[in-house]
Amino acid sequence: MSDFLMFSLVPMAVALLICLSCALLGNFLVLRRQSLIGDAISHVALPGIVASFLLTGTLASSAMMLGAGVSALFTVAMIELIRRLGRVENSAAMGVVFTSLFALGVLMLEWNEVGTVHLDVEHALYGNLESLIWFEGTSLASLVDPQALATLPPQLGRAAWMGALVVGFVVAFRRGLVMASFDADFAASVGARPSLVGLLLVLMVAVAAIAAFEAVGAIIVIAMFICPAATARLITNRLATQVALSQLIAAVSALLGYVLAGYGPGWMGFEVSLSAAGMIATLSGGFLLLACLFGPYRHRREALSG
Amino acid sequence: MNDALQLSDAVVASPLAIHGLTVSYDHRPVVHSVDFITPPGSLTAIVGPNGAGKSSLLKAVLGITRRLTGDVRVFGEPYDGRSRRVAYVPQRSSVDWDFPATVIDVVTMGLFRDLRWWQLTRRHHRDKAMESLGRVGMEAFAQRQIGELSGGQQQRVFLARALTQEADLTILDEPFAGVDAATEKAIVEVLKTLRRQGRTLLCVHHDLATVRDYFDHLLLLNVRRIAAGPVATTFTAQNLQETYGGRLGDVQLMQLLDEAPRGSREC
Amino acid sequence: MLSVEAWWRALIFDAGYNTSLVTLGAMLLGGGAGMIGSFVLLRKRSLVSDAISHATLPGLALAFILMALIFGDGRWMPGLLIGAGLSAAAGLWAVQAISHRTRLGEDAAIGAVLSTFFGLGVVLLTVIQSMAVSGQAGLTGYLVGSTAGMLAAEAQLIALCALLLAAGIIVMRRDFLMVCFDPVFAATNGVRVQRIDMLLMLLLLAVVVIGLRITGLILIVALTIIPPVTGRFWTDRPLRVVTLAALLGMLAGYLGVTLSSVREGLPTGPLVVLAAFVLFLVSFLVSPRRGILATLIAHQHFKRRVHLRQGLLALARDEAIFDDLTVKVLRRQGYIRRDGVATPSGWAAARDAEHEERLWALFRREYPEDSAQLDHRGLLPIERVLSPDTIMALESRLMKGREGTP
Repeated sequence: MSDFLMFSLVPMAVALLICLSCALLGNFLVLRRQSLIGDAISHVALPGIVASFLLTGTLASSAMMLGAGVSALFTVAMIELIRRLGRVENSAAMGVVFTSLFALGVLMLEWNEVGTVHLDVEHALYGNLESLIWFEGTSLASLVDPQALATLPPQLGRAAWMGALVVGFVVAFRRGLVMASFDADFAASVGARPSLVGLLLVLMVAVAAIAAFEAVGAIIVIAMFICPAATARLITNRLATQVALSQLIAAVSALLGYVLAGYGPGWMGFEVSLSAAGMIATLSGGFLLLACLFGPYRHRREALSG
Repeated sequence: MNDALQLSDAVVASPLAIHGLTVSYDHRPVVHSVDFITPPGSLTAIVGPNGAGKSSLLKAVLGITRRLTGDVRVFGEPYDGRSRRVAYVPQRSSVDWDFPATVIDVVTMGLFRDLRWWQLTRRHHRDKAMESLGRVGMEAFAQRQIGELSGGQQQRVFLARALTQEADLTILDEPFAGVDAATEKAIVEVLKTLRRQGRTLLCVHHDLATVRDYFDHLLLLNVRRIAAGPVATTFTAQNLQETYGGRLGDVQLMQLLDEAPRGSREC
Repeated sequence: MLSVEAWWRALIFDAGYNTSLVTLGAMLLGGGAGMIGSFVLLRKRSLVSDAISHATLPGLALAFILMALIFGDGRWMPGLLIGAGLSAAAGLWAVQAISHRTRLGEDAAIGAVLSTFFGLGVVLLTVIQSMAVSGQAGLTGYLVGSTAGMLAAEAQLIALCALLLAAGIIVMRRDFLMVCFDPVFAATNGVRVQRIDMLLMLLLLAVVVIGLRITGLILIVALTIIPPVTGRFWTDRPLRVVTLAALLGMLAGYLGVTLSSVREGLPTGPLVVLAAFVLFLVSFLVSPRRGILATLIAHQHFKRRVHLRQGLLALARDEAIFDDLTVKVLRRQGYIRRDGVATPSGWAAARDAEHEERLWALFRREYPEDSAQLDHRGLLPIERVLSPDTIMALESRLMKGREGTP
């Protein structure tokens, strides 16, 4: 039990929180056919974080948030600029910007050898969920012991309040989000400010990507954004149900993925553990595969004529 | 006249007065210096060939796309795209009908301005949406998935959404495109009822054959304003020729103009 | 340690056989990626290569595990590349299947495939870490690219494959172009569109797989996107875009690889990508066709022209001018005074504009068919668009019309 508290509770909670908040936003990315924005934003979290680390010398959440938020806005602005002024197709414009910025991030990492425990290329790519150890989590009593609770890894708190921010955003802007996704022109005509809503959505994606960055890295987080929402999209045709299902799928992927990675090999008699982040992504992809094969609403509905 | 702030009475009374509106795409004006004062209480058609800038005009008026120059006023007030007095019905083909929403969800979107973010959609909101659906004959479809609707039904849903807004001016973009005859008739009925209630309607229209039956005012547009005024005096062979740049055959023109103004197509 | 001298030696291919070979390989790869990327860009499927490249990871890892189990060492590059190619093909197939057969868009398909495959790859990497085999560190090189410590045989293989690829793309260029431009037309001309499309994607896949060692799997996608987009800024002719993209890709590969010799342990991939990006940035800023400066200047000119014309017409018709910019433009031209009253030259210009507008109206009425084809929309001076004879005819008719209606 104390092993569980010390080694597994915090990673599982963090994985759960980030999976839930990413999947929540993912619903709108998938509906707006903007999944690749999630791809782009999560890639540029790296240069944002590295730059803010180089400038401030800390890995405090505020600095990281700021760095990643600025780099997300910068990315979106660049993409729009290239798309509009250069008349370059959207996905190509995205490809130009996020790969270049990611390259810049990797280069900054290697050049300055900032490679601390928390920041190196490998962690940026795979994340390091397993390192979130709660040293004081020795017994059930520590759960109510303020002193022990104070030593919880800061990533947990960060994931929690970023998750709360994401939920708050979606609740407050739910109508605008749905309208902007379905019919942006109409949304503009009733003052729902679809472009502002779109920009805020991108910012929230950046926030979620930061919360996820340390734990699962810049690439696996894309699975958390897209797979649960895409899976739910194929299972139901109601938006509310889709959102609820995506949350369920995200939760199952997070918890089951962690357990499978941590304990799965043990059950098969191997003395190792696998990457939990990778396992969560694999599992959510597996759910999507099942939905693609059997989901009741997997086919595109052709509009009836007449 | 020289006083810049002096607006004419016609502009103040008009639900939509456009002055010198230019919209460009790729350094080419798609709408060029258009002036138009929508007569209050009119049912006005905007007619012109494909690519004449009809939709671009509407979108620029509504502030959805940027205008290069021009002044847009709603009842004399500068319009920034956020007035309760204007409702908009976009082209049906402009949205993804595969979106997970029901008919009632879409109609309730028309109540966006009435609902603050913390408010839930209440019974009376739903009743209002249902009432609008009833006016277009779609109550029975309230819980349907929008993807299951036919083109005509989708258009009716869009109209119902605008009806919930109870606006003085409703702007419609090609409401009759690709709809069945029954829907066309139903939509015209609703538009005419609205006009009887003193509301103004501005409608991009593509079917020259029905202009005289459906509308009382007309704006002929081909990038620039060609002619505008009551249908009776504006819907002439010369104006149409000029608008369509000779693309209308003589036979076609004859048919359009010789047909009795209130002929067999009267609904 | 920074060393310009080392860079210079690399630039002139004087930094050892391996480095030169790698440089050559990277150039050939950049050229091939630029070419194939141009077609993919025309097809609007640029980010498919992102899915393909991330999907190589599980194949790489599995191949490593298999080879380690059988031979005791998993580092043999051809084997790794075959594994990478197979799993990339699976990823490509998955993207196609999801976007064609389900209601999900290609964007969701790409995102889901790249992240899931990558996740699986990461899981397999942790399996490798737990195995007691050597050469694990070598795998990191496939993530962000590293050419340091590359064997001569490996460099030769990359260079050879890149050469073959480039040759293949050059042979197939016309078919690709046809399919990218107008698939329907291509089909009616007996081109097997699906087969060509498939070949295009397979060649893209081959470029990605071969590039793994040089730029790494995360960044190889950049080489297939940035040079074609850059090329597009300089020309509208498709085959020229392809050629330019090839040259730019080669240049990026050349600069990137040689730069990485400046300091020990610098990753090749990011440098190649950043070199490509700098080339892009320069084009984006200064290209006379679509460059940001040229576009902004042209837009300002155009806007002023429209405002000037509308302002003059308003003056001529004695209408109030509300628009600030219109007032500003008129004032700068000396057409109105500070208080908004027109100057003599303003009146003259306004009368001219009004007159021209009348001529245009008459022209449209008299020659509806011709005017429908003209694109001027009244912003160019009339004598630049119509022949003097036509203008004379219009003028005389306008005079007559005025006499007729007193």
